[in-house]
Amino acid sequence: MTDKLQEETRERRKATIFVISGDFEKLFAAFSIAIGAAASNMDVKMFFTFWGLRALKKNVRTGESLFARMLGILEGGDINKANPGKYGFFGLGRWMFKKMIKNKKVAGLAELRRLAIELGVEMYSCDTTMEVMEIPKEKLIDEVADTVGVGWLIEQAQQSDFTYSF
Amino acid sequence: MTEDIKVDLELDLRGLRCPLPMVRVSQNITKVPVGGIVRAVTTDAGSLADITSWARTTGNEIIKKEQGDKDIVFFIKRSK
Repeated sequence: MTDKLQEETRERRKATIFVISGDFEKLFAAFSIAIGAAASNMDVKMFFTFWGLRALKKNVRTGESLFARMLGILEGGDINKANPGKYGFFGLGRWMFKKMIKNKKVAGLAELRRLAIELGVEMYSCDTTMEVMEIPKEKLIDEVADTVGVGWLIEQAQQSDFTYSF
Repeated sequence: MTEDIKVDLELDLRGLRCPLPMVRVSQNITKVPVGGIVRAVTTDAGSLADITSWARTTGNEIIKKEQGDKDIVFFIKRSK
């Protein structure tokens, strides 16, 4: 089949990206790949769960019950507060990384997320972890397309040309 | 430098890093008509492979590539 024919007989290619980590470098990679796929004319959906929800959180406190409030404090802040998975040093690693990235004129996390939204990447949050961690929809950025679960994710994955998880 | 290729849009992408160069190309290619040429200049070494792959996956055509000391110059034809 020629490339052209293949293109005409096929709908747009799809990618699904699963994000469970809130680590700086994993979010960085997840958003970079999402952006690259979107720029390559793919329909891209990102699903965020557990620590990955940081990427969608507004800069607000979360949690009502004691444990969830504690978690809200420990996991405080928005995407800009994502720490690297190694050499965190209570925020020092994050500060250092941000400086290094800025010096090399690499886009920061918030900029990558903004660009992803601009390119039509759709973002979804995990219903169950939001419930457990007491992070209601109102505390996530308005661009979140929907709150969904595993059934939805399986359907997307089945229809996808590739899936990545971070 | 090549002066015989008629360029419809110039993109200065020097200093930008992955994935930004290919993203900027994809955002701007639609500003020229089908058949039109975008001339993009990058300095990110990875963009050489990135923009080449991007063109293949999106069905656009790189009609010429020039690699200088620092600058990489792409002439990209919008194919659809």
